[in-house]
Parts: sequence; C-alpha cells; structure tokens
Amino acid sequence: MTQHWTGRCITGFVSMAWLGLAATTGPAIAQGTLRIAMTASDVPTTTGVPNNGFEGVRFMGFTGFDALVMWDLSKADKAADIVPGLAESWRQDAKDRKKWVFKLRRNVRFHDGTPFDASAAIWNLDRTFKQDSKQFDAQGSAINRGRPAYIAGNGYRKIDDSTIEFTTVRPISYFPYVLTTIFFVSPTAFEKAGNWAEFAKAPVGTGPFKVANFKPRISVDLLKNPDYWDKNRIPKLDKVVLFPMPEANTRLAALRSGQVDWIEVPPPDSIDGLKKAGYAVSINSYPHVWPWVLNQAKPGSPFRDVKVRQALNYCVDRAGLVTLLNGTAEPSVGFFKKTDPRFGKPVNEYKFDPALAKKLLAEAGYGSGKPAKAKIMISTSGSGQMLPLPMNEFLQQSMKQCGFDITFEVVEWGTMLVAFRAEPTAPQAVNSDAINISLVSSDVSMVVRWFFSENSTPKGSNWGHWKNPKFDELLLKMESATSQQEANQHLTKMHETLVDEAPWLWIVHDGNPRAMTKTVQGFVSAQAWFVDLTRVSLP
Amino acid sequence: MWYFIARRVLYAIPILLGVSLMVFLLLKLVPGDAADIMIPPEAPREVAAMIRARFGLDQPVHIQYLRWLQSMATGNFGTSIFTNQPVASELFSALSNTFMIAIPAVILGFSCGVLLGTLAALNNGTWLDKLFSSVAIAGVSLPHYWVGMVLVAIFAVVHNVLPGQGMGPEGFPASWEQIKHLVLPVVTLSLIPMGVISRLVRANVLEILSMEFVSALSAKGLRTRQVLLHIMKNATPSALALMGLQFGYLLGGSILVETVFNWPGSGSLLNLAIFRRDIPVLSAIILVLATIFVVINILVDVLQALIDPRIRR
Repeated sequence: MTQHWTGRCITGFVSMAWLGLAATTGPAIAQGTLRIAMTASDVPTTTGVPNNGFEGVRFMGFTGFDALVMWDLSKADKAADIVPGLAESWRQDAKDRKKWVFKLRRNVRFHDGTPFDASAAIWNLDRTFKQDSKQFDAQGSAINRGRPAYIAGNGYRKIDDSTIEFTTVRPISYFPYVLTTIFFVSPTAFEKAGNWAEFAKAPVGTGPFKVANFKPRISVDLLKNPDYWDKNRIPKLDKVVLFPMPEANTRLAALRSGQVDWIEVPPPDSIDGLKKAGYAVSINSYPHVWPWVLNQAKPGSPFRDVKVRQALNYCVDRAGLVTLLNGTAEPSVGFFKKTDPRFGKPVNEYKFDPALAKKLLAEAGYGSGKPAKAKIMISTSGSGQMLPLPMNEFLQQSMKQCGFDITFEVVEWGTMLVAFRAEPTAPQAVNSDAINISLVSSDVSMVVRWFFSENSTPKGSNWGHWKNPKFDELLLKMESATSQQEANQHLTKMHETLVDEAPWLWIVHDGNPRAMTKTVQGFVSAQAWFVDLTRVSLP
Repeated sequence: MWYFIARRVLYAIPILLGVSLMVFLLLKLVPGDAADIMIPPEAPREVAAMIRARFGLDQPVHIQYLRWLQSMATGNFGTSIFTNQPVASELFSALSNTFMIAIPAVILGFSCGVLLGTLAALNNGTWLDKLFSSVAIAGVSLPHYWVGMVLVAIFAVVHNVLPGQGMGPEGFPASWEQIKHLVLPVVTLSLIPMGVISRLVRANVLEILSMEFVSALSAKGLRTRQVLLHIMKNATPSALALMGLQFGYLLGGSILVETVFNWPGSGSLLNLAIFRRDIPVLSAIILVLATIFVVINILVDVLQALIDPRIRR
C-alpha cells in the first residue's frame, strides 16, 4: 500500500514538471525595442548626474541628456574626440587664457518644451557649483566635481541669452574636455518636482531619448525623442530598456535565452561559444587602463625606488594575460596605447624580461633570499575592474620568478574606492603598497587628475603621491599651451616620463567587449567609454 | 497563553536593541565614515561638510545612534547615500520581491521535504529510502547558487523554456508571464529547506513508527491512510519549527540565488549595499531582517505552544 502511495506521488510530481515545461518563454516586445544588460548593479541615477561610473554616463548620460561638449562616437577606426553639443562653438580668450566663451545652440528645447538657453545653463551650473542655490545637489555636485572642472569660484556668467563665459582657476588648454560629463536638465521640471529625489522619477533633459519608467534596481526605459535638435541623431529605435545585471554569467544566460539583445562585457571564456552560436561580439580599443597604482608615500614600500617600479613593469607576462582574457584586452606599456602619437619614445620599452627585472631588483638591493615584498589591494569586482581575482593571481605567479613576493588584500569595491580617496598611508589603505583600480584615460584631463603632484590625495586623485618636478613643469606648460600642437608636444614628453618613471604598473588596456544578437544593426564600437545608441536599429 | 505571548514579545525588545547596537557599532568600526563613498577628494570641503551634515555624520556617535534608532522605530529609514532615494521604499520593495520567492520556496521545500522524508521513512531500508535520502542530502549539500546556474543553463539557455533572470512584469504574480520568472529561483531556493526538513521528518517518522501507539492503531484495524495521519500529526511540530527558521534564513540568506537570477530582493539589496558601502541601506536592512527573524521565531514559539501545551509552562 505504501508503495502504491509512493508511485502516485512520483507520477504527480512528474506531471507537474511536465506541465511547467510545456509553456515557452518569449515576452511580448514592442517593435524597435532594444534590451541592454549593463554590468552596473543598479540603474544609474536619472537626475542628469549619473552614478555607477562611466558606464552610468554611457547609458544614462548621453542618452537622456546633453552636455555643452560631446563626443563624436561615429567612428570605430580612430580615437573619439570632442564635438559641439549644447554649445555650438567655444573659444579661449587670447589675452586672458583663463577665460572661455561658449556660444550656446539656439532652438534647443528640453523634453518638457521649455527652452535651453544661457539662463538654464547657469541654473544647471549653480546646481553643481553654488552651494546656497535652492537647486544645489550635494551628491550630484560631489560626482560632477569629482571629475575636476577647474572652474574658479563664481567662475561662470551669462553674457547674453546664447552666450556664457567661464573663468578657470588657471589656464587650462583642455577645458572643453572637462565639460563633457556635466549634463543639463530642465529647471522647470525641477521646480515642479521640488527636489532631486522626485525629479529622478520623471527626469527631463534635452537628449535624444526621454527617460521613463525608472524602476530602481530593475530597469529604466529610454524612449525615442522625435524632436531631438540634432536631426542626424534622432534615434532609429522606439525604445531602449536598460537592465542592471552585475553577474557576468547571468548576463550571458539572458542574452542566450533571448531576454536581452545586448550585453556589456560577456565572460571572456564565452566569446568563442557566442560567435559560434551566431552572436556578434564587438571588441575594440578604448581609453582604459588596468594598472596597479603604486604607493610611494608609505615608508618601506619597495615601490619608492624607480628601479623596483621598472623591474615590476618588466616582469608582467602581458601576452599570457591577454590569452587568459581570450583576447578581450591588449597589453599596456604606458598610460596611452603604443599606437597613440602621444605615446612618445620612452627609454623603457616594457616587455616580459625576467632577467632584466632581476638585474634591476639587484641594483635596488633585492635578490635571492631578499625578495621585494609588496601587498596589493585588489577588489572582488567593480566598475571597469575586469576579472580582478584570476588576473592578479596570474600576475602574482608571473612576478614570483623575478623575485617579487606579492600578497593581496582583497576588499569590496566600495572599500577600495574609499581607500583610493584617502591618503596612501591612511588606515583605509590597510598598509597596501599598491591598489589595483582601473582608471579612465579618456583625455588629457585624466593625466592631470591621476599624476599631477598637486593632486595628491586627499586633495586630488594622485593616490600614490608620485611626484616628478620635470613632469609637473611640462604639465603646466601643456595647460597653458596656445595651440593643440604645442599641447601635444608637451603631453608626449610627459607621457615618456610616465613610462620611464613608472608611477603605475602598466598591465592591460581593456578591449571593451560586448555581445549582441545579429539583429542589432548600426552599432559603432567607438574608441571611447561611450556609445551612440541613436545609430542602432532593429529589423 | 496570552501571558506566554506577552513574555515572548517582551524578550524580543532587548534582543532587538542589542542587535541595533551591534549593527551600528560594527559599521562604525569600518575606517572612514558613511559619506566617504560619495565624496571624491576633488570635492570642496564645504560640499563634503554639507553631505556629512545631511546624513547627521557631524554629530557625536551616541547622538547618531539615538537618531538612527528613532528613525528605525518610526519607519523612516533615512536616505540612501548612493541613490538619494528613501531607504524605506528601496527596502520594502526589495523585501516584497524576496517574499515573492521565499514564501513559495518554503512551501515547496516544506511540502517536498515532508513528502520525501515520510516516504523515505515508510520505505526504510529499501531503494526508495536511499533514493529520497540521496535527494535530501543533495538538497542540503549542493551549493544552491551552482544549482541555480545549472538550472539556468538547462532551462533558459539550452531549452529556452523558462526565463533565466529578472522578475518579468511588475505586480503580484498572477499571469503565467510573471509566474514563469518565479519557477527557477523558487526551485533553487527550496532545495535547502527541502533537504533539511526531509532529514528531520524521516528521523521523526521512523521514531514515531517504532512507538507502541502506532502498532495499537494498526491492531485496532485503522487503514494505513488513517495511521499515516496520526504519524504526521506527531511529526509536524518540529518540522514547523524548522520551517520557520528556514524562512528566516531565506530572507537574508538568498544573496547568492538572487544574484544568479538577478532578482531585486532583500539579499541582492544587502549585497549591493555592501558592495557600494551604502551604510544607511546596509544598517536598515540588517536590522529589519533581524526583526523579521525574531518575529518569525516568536510566531513559531506560539504555534508550537498552541500544538503542545507543555511548552507554555
């Protein structure tokens, strides 16, 4: 009798399972809807100051909003450069190099129909730079000012309805580049919302897409703005849905099961399978560096000695690492890529040369029985961090044969960010000799941000406190250059110093991998941190 | 009975106060303060000071604790440092999403666990016992995030019959479009309760089967189905107690499953808060989960006392 009951139960279970599987997947999707799985763990803030790093700017910056200066993302074969955005032109004052005049584009309207003009632009700048303004957004301000804008106190004013003037703290030849991540929103919409938390629920910008259906941690919609001011960039798609999906295997499964059309950063070992299964995989160069930022402030750190820093750079099997990453990265031997004209001709051409590394270490006083010991802070994951655990383990093995004894302090991404913002000898650094944190090399302003001695933490983002008077002198000359050619000449020499002095361990440049279904048309993998979704279409 | 319930509730107050103090102090031990994650070094000091003042971080620690406790008690959990959104709305939305998978997972795990455990005990020593016991041990032993990935690979990627991630359309799961998003996470989450309860029920039923009253019932001529009912009645209280605990674990301990299935629940929110050092969210969610755990324990205590009057003494 018991056996009889058992048999009934098993039959019941099998029937239930069968019924469950009888149905198929495939949610109804509006035509022209592109579904993207981001690596971000949340929907980036929709207030016009996106968080979640440059991925946030990629998907929640240039989509719903515009900046005065934008990036030309239409070409895949050369590094992206800036183009006019909400400002149609700009010029630096020939007499007072700290002054810049920006002519604003006329006839641009926010999604709510109100005009974008100089008053709206000043209102938006007050949001970030004027603490006593009612629209001051402390958290947004911290993000915007975290990427230095070099705008002096009260350093902007309206000249007329379509002209504004900026004053910078010192002559900054690359000033337009630093304006590319300051986006503009509708003052009227903010007045209606009352505060930024409410504004985030129904944000209003001028961008090619309108932000809608903001569902924190789930998704957000970008709807086509048919009235976009740049008629060449009116989106071909009706809608883009963004999903935060931080787990790489989940993104992969979502793509392969048809839940999304596009994923950012597929796992490297899935690339071949995706290609075989008919998916398009895009890998292209872009300005990204995955380095170790070396601590030169900590007493006793081996990286205070330039010979040790150079030895470290000669002890990385970059080709092996690229193989480990299935070709989704390229070797890095400097801040800029070797093909970049600004790379210059440094004395040191780093390659995997354990013999030379050992020689340099010996000159620095290390050798058999006395390895160069260093503790590196690494994260489990994070924005642009690629695959930090296996990559660092690979490096650890590679470096052992040269005489380095590397250990790791493994932390969460948030803990690493806090450590990177504190002094390198502060408790947050947990006595680390380096931090493995991926950093942006999108334009010259980033060179200043990471390496200028005056930007040493806690004042700026030169975490390692590297200081080189020759570099600083060249930097100030580059900043006050009167032509692009002159600026590039100084920049090239600066870069040569960076390579030879090796304040960072140059490891790899990420290849910006993404995978999508073959139905996604018109995508251009620009050599930039950003993408232009207006070009993309679906059949 | 009322005295028993009142006593249990009163016990919970010092427990929750202790938990709140632990949570607050442990998070204070982390180097730096809660606002550091939002303040890049380039931000002017005045902006940093504004952010710190906004989150009350410019106050002495004991004042910060009391204010935090007050906000927790009044249900105003403050604002997320990272998203600038009210913590309460993020937290309750996450909790409701977790309930959506945890409740069916516990029901499924409990039903399957009781069924497998009972069948294993009734077929003690046979191949069926070995089979069901193996299933139970596998449920407890296999890492459920791994099982989740395998299920996704089979049902979402290879056969494409069930979605592998996300919640699908919003709202209470009433349509098949919504329900099918529940299937894989619920099955994955139910494995541990199923395994644990199955092992317990098997042992209990075996013990009850050896009791004299079972032989007496059979000797009286009761049918097997009726005997089984008596056995189950005796085995249920301990299984219920375990189910309560398992439900508590699922609410906070589903981080890995929610990550694999990209399910925006409380485990995933907890993970996210740790990842981006969002201390207001982190402290609120830990305290709320602890409170839920305490409440579930009280409910289980009361339930057991109702079934077994000896416990009330």
